Amino acid sequence: MPQIFKRSANALAHTSLVTALIVIGTGLFLLMVVIPRSGYVTRANTFIEQPVQFSHLHHVADDGIDCRYCHTSVETSAFAGIPPTKTCMSCHTQIWADSPYLEPVRASFRNDTPIAWTRVHDLPDFVYFNHSVHINRGVGCETCHGRVDQMPLVLQQESLRMEWCIDCHRAPEDYVRPRSEIYTMGYEPEEPQAILGMRLVQEYGIQGNTSCSTCHR
Amino acid sequence: MLDLPPVNRSMTQPNDIETLRARLSAERGREYWRSLESLAETPEFQSFLHREFPQNASEWLDPVGRRSFLKLMGASLALAGVSACTRQPVEHVVPYVQQPEDLVPGKPLFFATAMPMGGTGVGLLVESHEGRPTKIEGNPDHPASLGATDIFAQAAILGLYDPDRSQAITRLGEVETFGGFTTAMAEALAAQEATQGAGIRILTETVASPTLAAQITVFLARFPAARWIQWEPAGRHNVRAGSRMAFGEYVDTQYTVEAADVIVSFDADFLCTGPGALRYARAFASRRRIEDEEADLNRLYAIESTPTNTSTRADHRLALKPSEVEAFARAVAARLGVAGAGDATAPAGAAAWVDAVVDDLNANRGRSLVIAGDAQSAAVHALVHAVNDTLGNVGSTLVYTEPAESRPADQVADLQTLVNDMNAGQVDLLLTLGGNPVYTAPADLEFAAAMDQVLLRVHLGLYEDETAARSHWHVPEAHFLETWGDVSAADGTVTIMQPLIAPLYGGRSAIEVIAALSEGGGRPGYDLVREHWAGLSGLSTEAPAPPPPPEPGESVDGEAAEPAVPPVTAAPVPLPSPFDREWRRWVHDGLVPQTALAARPVVLQPNFAVAVAPRAVPAEGLEIAFRPDPSVHDGRFANNAWLQELPKSLTKLTWDNAALVSPATAERLGVENGDIVELARGARTLRIPLWVAPGQAADTLTLHLGYGRTRAGRTGDGTGVDVTPLRTIDALETAANVALSVTGDRYTLASTQDHWSLEGRNLVRVGTTEEFEANPEFVRELGEEPPRTLTLYNEDEHAYPGYSWGMAIDQGVCTGCNACVVACQAENNVPVVGKEQVLAGREMHWLRVDRYYTGPVDDPDTYHQPMPCQQCENAPCEVVCPVAATTHSDEGLNDMVYNRCVGTRYCANNCPYKVRRFNFLLYQDWETPSLAAMRNPDVSVRSRGVMEKCTYCVQRINHARVAAKLEDREIRDGDVVTACQAACPTDAIVFGNINDPASRVTARKASPRNYSLLAELNNRPRTTYLAIVRNPNTVLEEARLAGAGGADEAAAEATD
Repeated sequence: MPQIFKRSANALAHTSLVTALIVIGTGLFLLMVVIPRSGYVTRANTFIEQPVQFSHLHHVADDGIDCRYCHTSVETSAFAGIPPTKTCMSCHTQIWADSPYLEPVRASFRNDTPIAWTRVHDLPDFVYFNHSVHINRGVGCETCHGRVDQMPLVLQQESLRMEWCIDCHRAPEDYVRPRSEIYTMGYEPEEPQAILGMRLVQEYGIQGNTSCSTCHR
Repeated sequence: MLDLPPVNRSMTQPNDIETLRARLSAERGREYWRSLESLAETPEFQSFLHREFPQNASEWLDPVGRRSFLKLMGASLALAGVSACTRQPVEHVVPYVQQPEDLVPGKPLFFATAMPMGGTGVGLLVESHEGRPTKIEGNPDHPASLGATDIFAQAAILGLYDPDRSQAITRLGEVETFGGFTTAMAEALAAQEATQGAGIRILTETVASPTLAAQITVFLARFPAARWIQWEPAGRHNVRAGSRMAFGEYVDTQYTVEAADVIVSFDADFLCTGPGALRYARAFASRRRIEDEEADLNRLYAIESTPTNTSTRADHRLALKPSEVEAFARAVAARLGVAGAGDATAPAGAAAWVDAVVDDLNANRGRSLVIAGDAQSAAVHALVHAVNDTLGNVGSTLVYTEPAESRPADQVADLQTLVNDMNAGQVDLLLTLGGNPVYTAPADLEFAAAMDQVLLRVHLGLYEDETAARSHWHVPEAHFLETWGDVSAADGTVTIMQPLIAPLYGGRSAIEVIAALSEGGGRPGYDLVREHWAGLSGLSTEAPAPPPPPEPGESVDGEAAEPAVPPVTAAPVPLPSPFDREWRRWVHDGLVPQTALAARPVVLQPNFAVAVAPRAVPAEGLEIAFRPDPSVHDGRFANNAWLQELPKSLTKLTWDNAALVSPATAERLGVENGDIVELARGARTLRIPLWVAPGQAADTLTLHLGYGRTRAGRTGDGTGVDVTPLRTIDALETAANVALSVTGDRYTLASTQDHWSLEGRNLVRVGTTEEFEANPEFVRELGEEPPRTLTLYNEDEHAYPGYSWGMAIDQGVCTGCNACVVACQAENNVPVVGKEQVLAGREMHWLRVDRYYTGPVDDPDTYHQPMPCQQCENAPCEVVCPVAATTHSDEGLNDMVYNRCVGTRYCANNCPYKVRRFNFLLYQDWETPSLAAMRNPDVSVRSRGVMEKCTYCVQRINHARVAAKLEDREIRDGDVVTACQAACPTDAIVFGNINDPASRVTARKASPRNYSLLAELNNRPRTTYLAIVRNPNTVLEEARLAGAGGADEAAAEATD
């Protein structure tokens, strides 16, 4: 009985087996590693439309308004605070008072209806993040939120995945900055971060807690 | 009643209590048992003992082949990866238009208010998250709270957000406006002008609101012939009558429990129910701690018909039929020389008891206290007044004051008159302001039929209940957290109640309704209450500038001492008036200073002896004791699922009431748990399931009010049995000559007493003062604690250098009041599961209170053991989790990560304390909007398939940690107070850092009474317990041990 398959079929079989493994492997890699970290899932670097065309670039870089002028509770509360309409109106009754861009803001103030902003940095509900303690321990706004002063429309720059949080909690010395520089955009350490970071961790008593209940409860 | 299949008789309970008795007497040493079933080791109990969850969601009985196992694992692996790809839904963030001044988003505010109930109020601090009240704590400055709360206050949050509350003003079922209502009322009242209001009746519950009482007085001034009737179904009618009998006037008795060395309670549950209970519990507990070797304990005797929380803390307890309790009280009074007490002969078998009690009282004249329970007859109350007088206790352990309630009256007679008037057609307008008289009025009054004779019937209530159904007009009542008001506490201290939230369903308070009737229009409660107090204070309300608009409330932050004075620097803010300054402080502090009632002298009536003369003692036979239900009270909380599912302290029943009988009586009648019997008093009959309650007096049935509601709401309808058909005007508290017939039908009762049963040595440790003095180490000697070196791990790698959280629970003072359980439920978003799931052993309470009996089945000692997660250092649950969803924190917490849990339930299976709870089904209500607003935003809401458990309130630890870090300091002792600790009236639970040598918890744990549960397993639990030290009267103790036979003699030997 003649052979059904030629000897060369062996090579074909080996190749196809290896190819299949590579395809499955790549598929799993994509499914479990790449896709979860992609901007599609994390929403990082995705522009989100807001009810008002508010520009951080203009307010922070051009006008030089401090973060805390609007995000008032960032130093005291878990939540940094989204400014009430009244904060907008305190300036915009005077400047750009008739701008059509600001009509939603004026309407909100007039009708006593809040503006429903779309959340940009949205942690899952089972994560409890506290702004005040990070600010207090030398984590700058920029460290997590990026160069907000260069963003006409704010987008989420980091993945906000747990591994990203843990990176800093495990090695806070790589990220901390002096308390005086928290709100600085484009901060450059005056001495090497390796030295400064270690000193600040000592000085501020930073623990970088990695117990689960630090964030999950 | 829920239509559940009845449980097979033989499965639930032993038929033969005699066998149990024999078994107990054959036991070596002292045995602690949880139920008669556990003693009998029924198969059902065994399954609860051996398995964490006796019923699984489903069991895969097919043998799993290697191939299918691999397939499943492959699929799970792939799917586990995919689950990480879930995109978050888009969410919005909605800021204020104008942010309230004191509010910092993300930080809760606390507001002082009070909960009125049963003619008294308890001061509260309510936590508010961005305007949503989420949690209730006691107000530490308030004399009736001292920081503690009861179950009703804890559960009031759910009551507020209850979606079943009535939501619209209705007239004959049609939705109407408040304007329409006031117009209709104005017409009805105008028609009454001619007769000076002779056809008007106002029916309220016991009023303790000075403003409401004043409003009604104003109304009655306009209509002098109108009548105001108060009716409290579980009221203190006999207390008032007893006061009248003894002193000829209404006075309140205030106890100084901490000053008493000997306390005798005649059926009084003064540690757990009634006005001032929270304060009395704290005071009592202060005399029950031996932290050094010098014991100075008080002694409590309880003589009662049905076990109460108070009697579980008694050193001696005597179960007598209701009629015999009176005989006993009379014997004691007679022996102490009180005129008119009658026969000094003790009831059968209680002679030694009378001797012992009288001797102890005589030996402690001026330092003793005798308390009569609300259910005791007026004569007993009067006699007790005389006894305390004779013993010289007045002024030292108790004082008399003016009544704290606004207008004490003979409510029973008033209600009877009202019904007669209604039947005679003399009532044209009946205003029922709160309460549910159609359901609660005694059966023989036929209140509903009488009410139908009234031309115009108006009902103000939280629910469209039985009374609303028979009224023409129904007005939704504002919840006490939604309205301005005021209420007097047990000692008279007035709290100005402030709203935490605008009425969710447009409700109105009784104050607002009666004001609208008196003066037309609809003035807000704020104006009415403020005006009343401005008038009383005599201070000027004239401000230098126009007064500011009413604030939503004054906040109480950490610095409560600082008065809330508005900033004067801001130019447009006007200066407050002299009254405003006071008012703001009152509202802020939660009490009006100097309103506590002063002690006053009282004189016994000259005809005292005649008035208290004995009445005919009922013949032999069954007697009934009516009691407000421990969970739903008189039925007002029937729709509160937290309370419905709360295992009642002593029976551990949920979702139902039952007639309690003693084991001896059950044996005689040949009945067991769940047997339906028919009770008859003359022509009145009632079918009700039985529950065998160890410690119940023989031939006594305890019937709890508040169940069998027909219009309570979706939660309360159809739960339990309404016992009112047997309750008549002459038998409000007790009834004699009851006939019982066994029907042969069965009913399934859901009791949790055998759920989460523990197996191990000496779970409860009890000794007497004598034993403790002889050997303070006796508690530790009862158990075996492996040395700390006995571990496979490197000790240095598992050190806790920073904070190290621990808890100590003093069982010696725990009354089992359950406040901690409901507090935990409210704080941690713990769901309810319903009766069927409770029967399957799936109730979700993170903290349960285990109740243990010891001694003979008919007269056991009862102990309570609150069981939160023990937070083991060597936690058995952690090592078996395949996904590391439960791990150990740096501070010794046993963390539970819900988002990582895949629901294998291995951890629960490996927990020897059985404190883990699994969401078999989606127990949380994710749909109802009002319930979403209720939840604590600091705690995850768990979904189906997730394990959960006590976290030591890690959210509170984290808040304290952040606060400390912001101030660059360490967390101080007392910064972290767990929800259970905060609620505890007796201060039994203490939490803190065990690395801090100065912390309270360290001090507690240093007590020789301190021990760990199941220490022999080397789990090193962080939660430890303080053993119970009783202070028995040697005479009675010896008599008891001698009488109880072999078992207790052996016990005495074992413990000596």
